[in-house]
Amino acid sequence: MYKSWWKILGAILVVYSTVAGFLSAAPALPILHQSIRNLYFHVPMWFSMIVLFTVSVWHSIKYLRSNDPDHDLKAVQSVNTGIVFGLMGIVTGAVWARFTWGQAWSFDVKQNFAAIALLLYFAYLVLRNAIDEEQKRAKISAIYNIFAFPMMVVLLFVLPRLSDSLHPGNGGNPGFNAYDLDRHMRMVFYPACLGWILIGYWIYSILFRVSSLEKNKLN
Amino acid sequence: MKKFITTILMLMVTLQLFAQDQGSAIANTLEGSDKIYVVVVCVAIILLGLLFLLFSIDRRLKKLEKKS
Repeated sequence: MYKSWWKILGAILVVYSTVAGFLSAAPALPILHQSIRNLYFHVPMWFSMIVLFTVSVWHSIKYLRSNDPDHDLKAVQSVNTGIVFGLMGIVTGAVWARFTWGQAWSFDVKQNFAAIALLLYFAYLVLRNAIDEEQKRAKISAIYNIFAFPMMVVLLFVLPRLSDSLHPGNGGNPGFNAYDLDRHMRMVFYPACLGWILIGYWIYSILFRVSSLEKNKLN
Repeated sequence: MKKFITTILMLMVTLQLFAQDQGSAIANTLEGSDKIYVVVVCVAIILLGLLFLLFSIDRRLKKLEKKS
């Protein structure tokens, strides 16, 4: 959390994937046209969110085993950061959909369930707000987190594949593999995902360090 | 410090007087290719600005943590 190398790597990967995202060759697809490049921005938001929520549930489990308040602080700050990335994912998805699917919200399965998954984590924050005592708050929210995480995974990865969907990779549509994600796109897409995951983790680590200092100042 | 900054700013003002339709290579490139390069430069500026902000926050945090 205090080392610099992975932060610099994340910065380089994000700048590279953004510049290359605009300038590299993209397959000519009907309806999507140049907006296929949104793949390099919209999708990494979701991967970053998932990594951050995984970090969160990990720390929630660790808290229940150790009662160390640092784990609770890490759990909540990673949820905070993850929610921001999830919101950016959903908004950029709606903007992209407006011009490709016809409207910003098509009540597509993945859109609906992504919104519900975010609501699950909003509920985590609301739950924490409702409990004043520190240890009780940490314990109860940790237990909630352990339930919320697998629910989120099912909502985002399992259920959309079982029914009709507009999203690639769901509802009988081919994933981005066969038709849209050619060799050139992969060279930008994978660094983009890794870069944004690193940046997301960095932002979470800064939030944690700030809140940790604030807590120490209070005590 | 103030004198230094004022000197730099005043020098930059004099630079503007030489902008007479030189047609620099950079300007020509940015105007070509459907002006996508303009978008690239703008987004890159935004990104680098935000990343610089992150780095400076990180540095300030390190200083605070060293103190306590």
